[in-house]
Amino acid sequence: MSGTVMIPGSPSHRSAQRPGVRGDIIAAGRGLAFGGLMLAGLGLLLVPVIALILVGLGAGVVIGATALPGIQRAVLGLLLILTGLLMGRLLMLSVLLAVRRLAILTRRLAREWCGVPIAEAYLPPPGIGIVSGTGNGKLSFRQRLWWLASDPATWRDLLWATMNAVVGWILALLPAMLVGVGLIGFIAPTLRHVIEIPPPAFPGNSPAVLILIGTAFVTLGLAAAPWLLRAYGGFAGAMLGPPGQAELALRVRHLAQTRAETLDSGAAEIRRIERDLHDGAQARLVAMGMALSAADELLDANPAAARALLTEARDASAKALAELRALVRGVHPPVLADRGLAAAIQALALDSRLKVDVLGSLPGRPQPPVESAAYFAVCELLANVSKHAWIDMRYEHGLLRVDVADDGHGGADPAAGTGLHGIERRLAAFDGILALNSPPGGPTVVTMEIPCALSSPKTSSC
Amino acid sequence: MRVVIAEDLFLLRDGLTRLLEAHGLEVSAAVDNGKDLLEVLTADPSSVPDVAVVDVRLPPTFTDEGLRAALAARREVPGLPVLVLSQYVEQLYARELLACGDGGIGYLLKDRVFDSAQFVDAVRRVAAGGTAMDPEVIARLLARNSGDGALAALSPREREVLGLMAEGRSNAAIAQRLFVSERAVAKHTASIFLKLGLQPSDDDNRRVLAVLAYLGR
Repeated sequence: MSGTVMIPGSPSHRSAQRPGVRGDIIAAGRGLAFGGLMLAGLGLLLVPVIALILVGLGAGVVIGATALPGIQRAVLGLLLILTGLLMGRLLMLSVLLAVRRLAILTRRLAREWCGVPIAEAYLPPPGIGIVSGTGNGKLSFRQRLWWLASDPATWRDLLWATMNAVVGWILALLPAMLVGVGLIGFIAPTLRHVIEIPPPAFPGNSPAVLILIGTAFVTLGLAAAPWLLRAYGGFAGAMLGPPGQAELALRVRHLAQTRAETLDSGAAEIRRIERDLHDGAQARLVAMGMALSAADELLDANPAAARALLTEARDASAKALAELRALVRGVHPPVLADRGLAAAIQALALDSRLKVDVLGSLPGRPQPPVESAAYFAVCELLANVSKHAWIDMRYEHGLLRVDVADDGHGGADPAAGTGLHGIERRLAAFDGILALNSPPGGPTVVTMEIPCALSSPKTSSC
Repeated sequence: MRVVIAEDLFLLRDGLTRLLEAHGLEVSAAVDNGKDLLEVLTADPSSVPDVAVVDVRLPPTFTDEGLRAALAARREVPGLPVLVLSQYVEQLYARELLACGDGGIGYLLKDRVFDSAQFVDAVRRVAAGGTAMDPEVIARLLARNSGDGALAALSPREREVLGLMAEGRSNAAIAQRLFVSERAVAKHTASIFLKLGLQPSDDDNRRVLAVLAYLGR
């Protein structure tokens, strides 16, 4: 067994930095897109501002001295106030939600384009219980407004949109603007004989000088684009990321949810075991007892019948044992308890009808619950494998990582079926994650990662 | 014949002792943990027991203590016959047992004790340097390899004979079990060896190892 192993189609999530001019152009384009989002946010911010201005104007008209007589003045003022309030009443929710959508989109793009992961820390809508998960989406205006207004994340988003309207011009739009000015202001006009365009900004210079200036602008814009894009990502991360407290709240919510799910599945498991024992081994033991007492009564009168009953009792005990064995295997396989995860997976491979290659090894043993979760996850995954599977396990940087790959046709849908979701929930209890990579045509690779500590390998005395 | 028993549950230890003694075997020691077992088996090279009947799960760890003690004892006393009993059978453990030297190896479910005649037969077979593999191990090996081209070529009767052969039974025992003549069994085994490309051999134990090596590959 070697530690370094190639798995066909092993997923690599790191998107390589595109080098060269192509990368610069892409960065400038992305900055332009961020700039577009910034302008959209600015537009959204204008709505409450205009509403406030209307209200203030109305108040001013009512109170202040104008050329209009008293009644007309009051009516106009009230009308302005009412319009402002109505605007706020009608548009407030949409604006807040739209700003939130912008913020969510920006977070996603910052992750994909700038490599800055930004956690989302919105409160769930009221009425959606963590355990039940059966909240319905029908909320009154007041509830929705309260939900949004009581969430500090909403106010952080608004602050971001405001700051963004200033910073975004420089960090997001500047490269595209430089390139644009260079192209349209200097280079294009010197090619006037090709297309009809207004004269250049510095008339009187020779076309060569103008093209030089234009090229300098374009080059500067493109060169600055990746840096500024990264800086914009940092800015978005600082403004849109949850502060420490919100991160904690997020963590608590995650823990509460996974704990509830763990308890649920634990309870379901116990019910299953109880049912299996009741219908299986327990029933057989009752049958055994009955057969034995009947044999006891018949022993003198009819030895042959008593012997038949004894045989029956023995068979029942053998069946009860077999059922208990199967039950124990499903709860906690003995080989897992004896030898740990790596050996249990080896044993699983030996027992499997498929061709399963087990690669890699672990320097120690994780905690039993982690071992159990990983083991049953691998069991479940192997059940979906077509013919030939590879299992690779290793432990690096505090992470237990297990890859299960097959040579199937790929195209597995993570949304379909409850198997993957079940594994995901099982792993979530340990902050573990599951990644599925299944391109059409295969191969399918499922990667599990569970943060855990390893105990040192057991030293055997014999 | 002198037998050492290692089993931590008193009732089972007592029951095994009585069962073996009732069939004329001498139980020289009955221990309840892995450390004592290793001591009894290796303490005195001049009086090594004929066979050790060992439970896989023993104190103090209650994991595979018994198996590891048995393997360690076999390393010190090569060829020491060991019959491992367990509540469950694991291919991994079967493999480890088979890998540690030639013959004198048994791996059975505890349920097999119910049929005392067959169980004592298995103990004697292991003590004589033979093999006793649990039918469940064999069944799973056969199931795992059922898609294999060569196994698919066997007739149902030949598969049955192959399974019994892999458990460690002689041609005579197989004949008795299947209610056929020994010559018929010999014909089946010759055909099996031919189809699987194994070297035919008269030695029961070699025959078993060849079959298991084929199935387990």
